[in-house]
Amino acid sequence: MSRLIASLAAAAGLLATTSARAVEISISCSALGKEYEICKQGVDAWAARTGNTVKIVSTPNSATERLALFQQLLAAGAGDIDVFQIDVVWTGTLGNHLLDLTAKGQAVIGDHLPAMVETSRVEGKLMAIPWFADAGLLYYRKDLLDKYKRPVPETWADLTETARLIQDGERKEGKGEFWGYTWQGRAYEGLTTNALEWVASHNGGTIVDEKGEVTIENPKAAEALKTAAGWVGTITPEGVLNYTEEEARGIFQAGNAAFMRNWPYAWALAQGGDSAIKDKVGIAPLPKGGADGRHAGTLGGQLLAVSKYSKNRDTATDLVMYLTGEAEQKRRAVEGSFNPTIVSLYSDTDIARANPFIGDLVDVFSNAVARPATATGQNYNKVSTEFFNAVHQVLSKKSDPAQALSRLDRDLKRIKRNGWQ
Amino acid sequence: MIMSGAVAGAGAPVQVTGRGRRSSLTRSRIRAAWLFIAPSLIVVALIAGWPLARTIWFSFTDASLDALGDYAFIGLENYLAHDDGGWFGILAEPDWWHSVWNTLWFTAVSVSLETVLGMVVALILNAAFPGRGLMRAIILIPWAIPTIVSAKMWNWMLHDQFGVINDLLLRLGLIAAPVPWTANADTALWAAVMVDVWKHTSFMALLILAALQMLPQDIYEAAKVDGVSPVRVFVRVTLPLIKPALLVAVIFRSLDALRVFDLIYVLTSNAKETASMSVYARQQLVDFQEVGLGSAAATLIFLIIALVVVITLAAGRVRLGEDPR
Amino acid sequence: MKRLARAGFWLLVIAIALFALFPFYYAVVSSFRSGSDLFTIAYRPERFDLSNYVAVFERQPFGRNILNSVLVSGSVVALSLGLGITAAYAFGRIAFRGRSLLLMTILAVSMFPQVAVLAGMFELIRAFGLYNTLPGLILANLMLTLPFTVWVLTTFMRELPKEIEEAAFVDGATPWIVVRRVFLPLMAPAAVTTGLLAFIVSWNEFLFALTFTLTNERRTVPPAIALMSGSTAYELPWGTIMAGSVVVTIPIIALVLVFQRKIVAGLTAGAVKG
Repeated sequence: MSRLIASLAAAAGLLATTSARAVEISISCSALGKEYEICKQGVDAWAARTGNTVKIVSTPNSATERLALFQQLLAAGAGDIDVFQIDVVWTGTLGNHLLDLTAKGQAVIGDHLPAMVETSRVEGKLMAIPWFADAGLLYYRKDLLDKYKRPVPETWADLTETARLIQDGERKEGKGEFWGYTWQGRAYEGLTTNALEWVASHNGGTIVDEKGEVTIENPKAAEALKTAAGWVGTITPEGVLNYTEEEARGIFQAGNAAFMRNWPYAWALAQGGDSAIKDKVGIAPLPKGGADGRHAGTLGGQLLAVSKYSKNRDTATDLVMYLTGEAEQKRRAVEGSFNPTIVSLYSDTDIARANPFIGDLVDVFSNAVARPATATGQNYNKVSTEFFNAVHQVLSKKSDPAQALSRLDRDLKRIKRNGWQ
Repeated sequence: MIMSGAVAGAGAPVQVTGRGRRSSLTRSRIRAAWLFIAPSLIVVALIAGWPLARTIWFSFTDASLDALGDYAFIGLENYLAHDDGGWFGILAEPDWWHSVWNTLWFTAVSVSLETVLGMVVALILNAAFPGRGLMRAIILIPWAIPTIVSAKMWNWMLHDQFGVINDLLLRLGLIAAPVPWTANADTALWAAVMVDVWKHTSFMALLILAALQMLPQDIYEAAKVDGVSPVRVFVRVTLPLIKPALLVAVIFRSLDALRVFDLIYVLTSNAKETASMSVYARQQLVDFQEVGLGSAAATLIFLIIALVVVITLAAGRVRLGEDPR
Repeated sequence: MKRLARAGFWLLVIAIALFALFPFYYAVVSSFRSGSDLFTIAYRPERFDLSNYVAVFERQPFGRNILNSVLVSGSVVALSLGLGITAAYAFGRIAFRGRSLLLMTILAVSMFPQVAVLAGMFELIRAFGLYNTLPGLILANLMLTLPFTVWVLTTFMRELPKEIEEAAFVDGATPWIVVRRVFLPLMAPAAVTTGLLAFIVSWNEFLFALTFTLTNERRTVPPAIALMSGSTAYELPWGTIMAGSVVVTIPIIALVLVFQRKIVAGLTAGAVKG
């Protein structure tokens, strides 16, 4: 009898402990579509291993809407979402609402791309773990470079000249809508990434340096912007002033441009069955700003972070560590072409078989230039907005580069008035 | 006269014959009035009271979205402050005034166009012709597509290289080369006006139509018998009669247009050149996390809109007062 | 002359219909296309491919989203009209002190940008425990439709001749009976129109619907469409978005066609009273 009671009690206890342990974690890791499928497989694998359940909260496709939604939830201290997928430049903005992952992440963080790790820190503390990386790339038309017997451009001057040549040649052959180079010039975060590439490749700095000094007013930055403004209306359609990624891809993928600046996502689509330029595309690092310049693609990508208001912080952290771990990153790279942030995966043969261009990307990622989000913290969005608006003014020929940069310098210093944080 | 400015409150109270009954009836009617209004007032106070009071309060603080509980009262500093030799605050921001100008221009142009077009559409729909019901559904379609989608759709249709608008205009020979509509600040605001007109004319048209249908028919019959020309009937009879409804429609369209956000945001993003007041406020509130400044901007928007409404009402009332009816 | 006027009239009708319909037609054409087709122009559908429509319903509970939208918008209309007509009677037909001030107060609610009230509303919804529920959305949307409904109905109420309620009052009817028996039928064109407009406002609402719901099953149509994405975050799944937009337009068209009779019925009632 007493044994029966004991075993009953043990069973009850077991039940109690499992039900206390098994919790539901909600994660926002995508909008719907393929990204959702890949994320779902990952969290299901973790759920099966740990006995917990995971609910995926779909969030809007547009980054601005997503950030606004996260801010709203976090500002109200709502614990409805435990794990957030955040953009590399949001760490500073959301940092106060995120859980410090330094202790849990310390052991593995050394395996990740250093630039990605840098974006995950706020004042030295690790607030997120890198999940996948992105960087600006130069897409070119292999067939057209062959046709006009030109090499892949090494500098922006080469690119300008080659684009001009191809554009003139193609137009003479009756393709009246052909353009040399397309990129993203709309007044949004994407213009910051584009313009930062021009400036950094000319060794013109990264707007604000690591110590928090405003460095944008310099002759090299002015030269970079002058070059870019020279493209608008000549090798780039004037409409670029309102292009995002998809508008730029549209022109390139329809076969109407020789070069394009875009993220790695455009590769799979340009090689898709219905693409007009299938097997005619190559990718390369973005050109240098002159012979002594450097290749600079702006670093993008996503991180995973845990909400401070989560009711199951430890379990949520465990999920983050699993998803950002080597095995899961490898699976995502093979099945979904998400670029890993763990350096050793770039020499992985399975990934190389699935994405032949992954080897080319490792250089791009290790040389990638990060936006000054860490240095400017809470104020990053203001800095970026001032920057892309100043650049937009230069591109639309409303002000000249030196003048715009000097005004920008003044405005940024005014924002910095009381320090960045 | 039956009508008056909606707020003028000059609508004649109902006269009831019999002296003794009248006062008690009036009292009971006033009691009923409060009883009838109470539910609406309670709902409005319940759902809007707190958010609005909170916004106004935050506009006097330095609150940040990052740490909402932790703020200090700073008086009018968000609006205007003098600090080491320079003026700060929203009222000293050229960007703010630029957005105010953009918004006022956008509102004036789009609401005027919508009023005129809406009137034309309403007059058409008021005439009896086969397919009238279908036509009524057709003009509502632009409104039925969620703004978030239709703005993106127009953005795509206005694309300079593969947008259908440029293609159509090229085919019709109206333009010689594709126009980058949304890339240039001037054409971008016109593009926004066009999309707004496309979307909201039906709102005007339906409200005017409802007003037209409530008009007493005998006036028209009398005019017909007297041989008055239709244009004269419209100007002398119809227009004055539907003026109150028209005024309310104009006010509500203006309220919406003055708060325009998604349309401008989808068409031109955060560009300073084309920002509207709401885009500015949203940028402060959300992008920059400056709840204090953003709330101050929102409060200023409220004040500007209130001013516009009061002016519209006053203007409408004056003209109404001259009506010889 | 008469024939010329007739031709001009039809020309105008056709022009307006084309302007209103063309973007929708283009959406229908686009909804049959996919992938790279987005970057080319087609004036006619090349093929009748329903895969985008299938995808819309397969990838998410889109049927459920439409039902949510119908429930939310329907309730908002019912509540707005119920509250609006009674309030409009008081505002439009009874002279009492503070009337202008109250009307202005109700209107003031519509003078703040939506993004500014969002945070306060969010706190309120959470405090009521209505987060991620349809009643929460209904309450929030009332803020957008109620001021408009009250004002429009008040204006129309005021336009009706004053004699019409006298007889009823002499017969000893209560104000409530007067509203229901006398004004409701007379107000039909105005009420149907206002209700329709309120329905569409609520149907289109995006920001509240996105912020106050969390799970796909509770979302209404506009956020559901905004959630559609391609294979990566940057890709715009144009065909699916267009298919979704076409699907959600159909209920509105049906609604208008159904309420046609009501509007016409109101017209006759209005003509009789003159």
